[in-house]
Amino acid sequence: MSGLVLESITKRFGSFVAVDDVAMSVPQGTFVCMLGPSGCGKTTLLRMIAGLEEPSAGRIVIDGEDVTGVPTHKRDFGMVFQSLALFPHLDVAGNIAYPLRIRGRSRTEQRARVDELLTLVQLPGLGDRQAANLSGGQRQRVAIARALALAPRLFLLDEPLSALDAKLREAMQVELRQLQQKLGITTIVVTHDQREAMTMADLVVVMGEGRIRQTAPPIEVYRNPADAFVADFIGSTNLLAVEADSAGRAIVAGAPVPDLAMPAGVTRAVMSIRPEDVHLTGPADATIRGRVTFVRDLGGTIETYVDMAGTAITAVATPRERPAVTVGDDVGIVLPAENCVVLAS
Amino acid sequence: MLVVFFVMPFGIMVAVSFFRRQQGGFYTPDFVFSNYERFLTPFFGGVLGFSLMLAGLVAVVCVVLGFPFTFLLSRLHRRTQIVWLVALLSVLSLSEVIIGFAWSTLFSRTAGITNLLVAAGLMAEPVALLPGFGAVLTGMVYQALPYTILVLYPALARLDPTLLEAARTLGASPARAFLNVVVPALRDTILATVIMVFVFALGSYLLPQILGRPQHWTLSVLITDQAIYQSNMPFAAAMAVFLVLVSLSLVGLTLLIGRREAAA
Amino acid sequence: MTGRILRRAYLALIALFLAGPLIVVAGVSVNAKKTLLFPPQGFSLSWYGDIFTEPDWRGALVASLVLAALAAALAVAIALPLAWFLWRRVAPWARVFQLLGVAPFLLPPVITALGFLSFWATAGLYGQPWTAVISHAIFFVTLPLVTLSLGFAAVDRSLVEAAATMGADDRTVFRTIVVPLILPYLVSGYAFAFVLSLNEYIVAYMTVGFTMETLPIKIFNALRYGYTPTMASVTVLFVAMAAVVFGLVARFGDLPKLLGAWSAEEH
Repeated sequence: MSGLVLESITKRFGSFVAVDDVAMSVPQGTFVCMLGPSGCGKTTLLRMIAGLEEPSAGRIVIDGEDVTGVPTHKRDFGMVFQSLALFPHLDVAGNIAYPLRIRGRSRTEQRARVDELLTLVQLPGLGDRQAANLSGGQRQRVAIARALALAPRLFLLDEPLSALDAKLREAMQVELRQLQQKLGITTIVVTHDQREAMTMADLVVVMGEGRIRQTAPPIEVYRNPADAFVADFIGSTNLLAVEADSAGRAIVAGAPVPDLAMPAGVTRAVMSIRPEDVHLTGPADATIRGRVTFVRDLGGTIETYVDMAGTAITAVATPRERPAVTVGDDVGIVLPAENCVVLAS
Repeated sequence: MLVVFFVMPFGIMVAVSFFRRQQGGFYTPDFVFSNYERFLTPFFGGVLGFSLMLAGLVAVVCVVLGFPFTFLLSRLHRRTQIVWLVALLSVLSLSEVIIGFAWSTLFSRTAGITNLLVAAGLMAEPVALLPGFGAVLTGMVYQALPYTILVLYPALARLDPTLLEAARTLGASPARAFLNVVVPALRDTILATVIMVFVFALGSYLLPQILGRPQHWTLSVLITDQAIYQSNMPFAAAMAVFLVLVSLSLVGLTLLIGRREAAA
Repeated sequence: MTGRILRRAYLALIALFLAGPLIVVAGVSVNAKKTLLFPPQGFSLSWYGDIFTEPDWRGALVASLVLAALAAALAVAIALPLAWFLWRRVAPWARVFQLLGVAPFLLPPVITALGFLSFWATAGLYGQPWTAVISHAIFFVTLPLVTLSLGFAAVDRSLVEAAATMGADDRTVFRTIVVPLILPYLVSGYAFAFVLSLNEYIVAYMTVGFTMETLPIKIFNALRYGYTPTMASVTVLFVAMAAVVFGLVARFGDLPKLLGAWSAEEH
């Protein structure tokens, strides 16, 4: 059984529970993104995997070996910190070779491996530069190269791209993914940026308030959120109160949603529908009606805010499908049943 | 390893206080109160009063002179500041002996300021400016001034420059702004510094002796005198204990002020 | 701008006050005859030579230098593990140690000197030269402790964690990461302790004054028993040495930061 397995991991700081009974199984070679708002416990969880924090309860097993009590420097993994933590007193080559140097590897071996890694992260020849003289993106790559110096079986990254500007971040996301695929190394990235998770991950672990809310491939998490928290965190969504009428149909804002039935035994729930799935028509062409309160034309997309008898809903459309509406218009709202997800809130 | 390194200094401190309680040291390891009883004599009371007054005066003078100076220092270019800081540190490192020697020379009749003034034609003939209260005061201020400046430096160096700028935009002249904004803002720091300099000045053991007459001798001078020349260790130790208590309580006061400032 | 002139004048006045005695002493030190005269009559650098040629002055000089070098080293040796410990364990009871480390400096030197005198006398070791080394080291331990605390505070903790993730145990981390980063603070702490030990009188006197003469002790004795311009030249030498050492610290390190200001980049 290879890969990483977490069993019932809990972490308490005094009376505050940062991580609450988390179980996770990561197959060898998977790229996992732990996603969640700040304070949800994802960084704490990562640090426990790294051995920088001790779990209050539970076990951590890597490749069949229980490493829960093993100190950090004896675990075999590479880590990239949010601040990158490049050693200021060593140059680039010194930083990358550090893990080799403290294990007593020969100078020639160090130099060869440094060159190999610099080529891998596309920074050939920059060995004798000081970390302070590099750009943000270059420092990022040095940190990655250093973490991979000993070809570890686990690669951990704590919000690695948060210090980069938007454009660079997008480019690095792609590069990081390609690097991981090339090396086939089990990778866990902690991030609060869901675009990042969607771009890089094989598996997304959505966390909230110390617990795992959903573990699934990115598009699954988007299309079929497990609960209101996940639905709201991933992308933007409309969360609407929905009731069952006597016939078991779903009622939103007083009107039935065509072809949508409530799950058996559920009378009240919350429903999620993505703004891009909400269609606006003329008031006579739909069962649900509302009035436009605000229109935001962003050029590439148009956001229309509609009020349906007290409930707000947002519809997003591209200019080609531009609904010819302005503030104050009455509209009909179409909620296709296949895009509605009734959630256990 | 750490414990070993700490038993030593700690042990010395503990041992020292132990001895003083016992009035031991060189002579009869007896437990007598007679040494402490001497505190109640008018002579000792006079010395104590004088020491406190002198230290207080030195502290006030130093802070009054040093505060504006440190303020100006902290506004200078970093390069110039460094030159000043090196100079201040160099003066600070001088021992009391050397300072005593330098000022006794400066105040003497044959080799002092008055000689310079005579040479410049401003005075008729050279005069010895010591021994005297003024001499003692000047010497002690000289000794304590660099210390005062370095104690004030962190607070003034970190002072938010926009405070002054705001005052200026509201119509205050630089001098006004200094008095109305900087001084009140650092009120606690000033008070704490006065106390620290007070404790520092209490420790002058040589300057009052070299630059002043016997009536100017302070507690520290007496301690040194008793311990070395009169070979009366127990009495010296008793006085030292007293001085420590006074110093510690003042230091504690400083910390309290610091805590109040931090909480504010 | 009267403001600017006033400011300049004030700074100049203080400068004069601080430098005045030193100028006088310097003047005395070059006097031709063996009397203390100011302004000096005649010019002679022989008194500076005396420091190195006269056996008792030279002996005192050597004693002072050796004492300072050893005491400063010991002070640093005590301060380093303490500062490292305080940095690692941010525990409330650790503050006690911090206070203890600063204590020697807060009290008037006379007290500390007397304390050491009592201690060594009772231990029966009074007068041994090495007692001065230990006494000075403990008296001055505050200085490297303060500079090292500053140094440790400047070390990013994530660097230590990163090193651990790469396989470095505690000792390796200390050796390869911490020491290189705090080295400048180590050196400046040593420099401060060295200079102050060189100039220090009362503790040295009370511990070994009867058996060994350091330069400050010799000057004091000369003050009481016989003036010679050599005293003045020693003083000038000391000040010059102090200025050089502190100048070097300033050159290679960030002096304002060591004394409490923000570092140049922070502000």
